[in-house]
Amino acid sequence: MPEPETRESWRLTGTYRSPVVTIDVRQIVGRASLMAASHIGRVALLLIEILRGLVEWRIWVPRAFEQAQNVGYGSLFVVMLTAAFAGAVTSLQAGYQFTGSIPIYYAAGVIVESIILELGPVLTALLLAGRIGARYAAELGSMRVTEQIDALESLGRNAVSFLIIPRVVAGTVMLPVLVVVADIVGITAGYLASKSSLGMTHADFVHGANFFFRPLDAWYSMIKSVAFGLAVTVVPCYLGLSTKQGAEGVGRSTTSAVVSASVLILFLDAVLTQLLLQ
Amino acid sequence: MIELKNVYKRFGEHVVLDGVDFVVQPGETVALLGPSGVGKSVLLKHINGLIHPDAGEVFVEGMDVRLLKRRELSRLRSQVGYVFQYGALFDSENVFENIRLGITDDEAAKDRAFCERRVVECLGLVNLPPDTAEKYPAELSGGMRKRVGIARAIAGQPMYLLYDEPTSGLDPVNASIIDSLVEKLRDELGVTSVVVTHDVRSAFQIANRIALLHEGKIRAEGNPEQLLAVEDEAVQRFLGRDLDITLAQLKRYRTHGSSL
Ligand SMILES: Nc1ncnc2c1ncn2[C@@H]1O[C@H](COP(=O)(O)OP(=O)(O)OP(=O)(O)O)[C@@H](O)[C@H]1O
Ligand SMILES: [Mg+2]
Repeated sequence: MPEPETRESWRLTGTYRSPVVTIDVRQIVGRASLMAASHIGRVALLLIEILRGLVEWRIWVPRAFEQAQNVGYGSLFVVMLTAAFAGAVTSLQAGYQFTGSIPIYYAAGVIVESIILELGPVLTALLLAGRIGARYAAELGSMRVTEQIDALESLGRNAVSFLIIPRVVAGTVMLPVLVVVADIVGITAGYLASKSSLGMTHADFVHGANFFFRPLDAWYSMIKSVAFGLAVTVVPCYLGLSTKQGAEGVGRSTTSAVVSASVLILFLDAVLTQLLLQ
Repeated sequence: MIELKNVYKRFGEHVVLDGVDFVVQPGETVALLGPSGVGKSVLLKHINGLIHPDAGEVFVEGMDVRLLKRRELSRLRSQVGYVFQYGALFDSENVFENIRLGITDDEAAKDRAFCERRVVECLGLVNLPPDTAEKYPAELSGGMRKRVGIARAIAGQPMYLLYDEPTSGLDPVNASIIDSLVEKLRDELGVTSVVVTHDVRSAFQIANRIALLHEGKIRAEGNPEQLLAVEDEAVQRFLGRDLDITLAQLKRYRTHGSSL
């Protein structure tokens, strides 16, 4: 009987051959774009399923409330903390750059605008990508690999209305709410910082903020938030649902959920800024 | 009636089902035997559309499962209870909610009092005490989880039941309770069942017919006597280990005139 090939015997007798790697760029690009296309296709199918499942509101509404509480309370503190620091730092930086002939109240405009237009939505969304994106992918992924999703379907239930819609709705509704909170906290922190270290008066700040702020900006911030809300929920849900191969697969889905949701947020940010701020 | 016609299924390069023909008549219990990894679970999942065949057809009550729309499929599935091999309980819900989700009639599921009665009743049928309802799946033993899975599958009073190894991992007493439950559901309610099992003995006891899945095909099928008479080496080898017992059983059936 031949010796079983253990690690030891391999080390003693085996010859190590380095693998021959040929890199064909066309092949890599081709494969990657095929993969991307098939992911996009399946995310689109999931979106259609979500839209169709919305009629089953009796099922998803109560569950969405539960999820929303989770998302909201769970993320509130870290969102406020991040927004406070972002506001204060923006303020200090504006004070540092706006010296000389530029009137000081310009700084207030920069603080308010950059928080409402960019930092509030983007930082909050990135935080949620880590928090709820990871969570959704892990929950759904482990339900997938333990056949709980199959079990739900085997009982004639629609897994999309039971599991996906509540999560997507909760995230998409709560993200704008958290962004409003982040905006308020960020601006307050910016205001306090500019008062204490830039020597800006209350009147300066209000004047500067009003001078630059347009009501449209608030809408624009909300549109961004809703788009980000969809990104941080739909993508992780999709990746969670398509999990394969046990615990390792769940880990893989979780990581890629956070990474792809974050990248998608930055991408959408660029696209929406381009579209909306013409 | 369940009917699989020439079903092919492969995962990547690995051909699992290679032209399976499989019929279950109404009111019949068929045991599906076969070595581990041969594709018994995969076959079972074709019946309620959790897996679709690469080629071939699957009919349940005359409906082609592949072609059903979402709504029709969900109506069909609420008539087909499925006992998962590893339980597949919803681990964020307690046992009560797990079994309640098995009550597939939406009107009935809204009636709290009815659900409570039904949950206790189903727990009783699988020999679990009523206070199990409050527990979470993580607090149960493997065998208890399996039985909760059975309770969930029968809670909606389906006309078809697909059991994936319902008695593996159970002690002999509970295993025979589950075996009698399968028989009882057939005899009293006319439920049509497919039971995947490794337990040749219980297969011979509860099934009207036995099918042996081997190398992607139904290698042999028939009632216990017919199956024992098959002169196929693979079949005999598979039945071999339990053959003595089963022959003894068979004698008993012959003398007592059994329903088999
Ligand atoms: N989702 C899947 N992806 C890839 N391969 C799969 C998948 N499901 C099953 N298989 C393969 O199909 C084959 C049959 O699996 P199946 O679970 O049906 O076996 P089984 O007969 O139920 O075995 P056991 O008695 O051990 O439960 C196995 O070789 C398995 O590797
Ligand atoms: Mg199996």
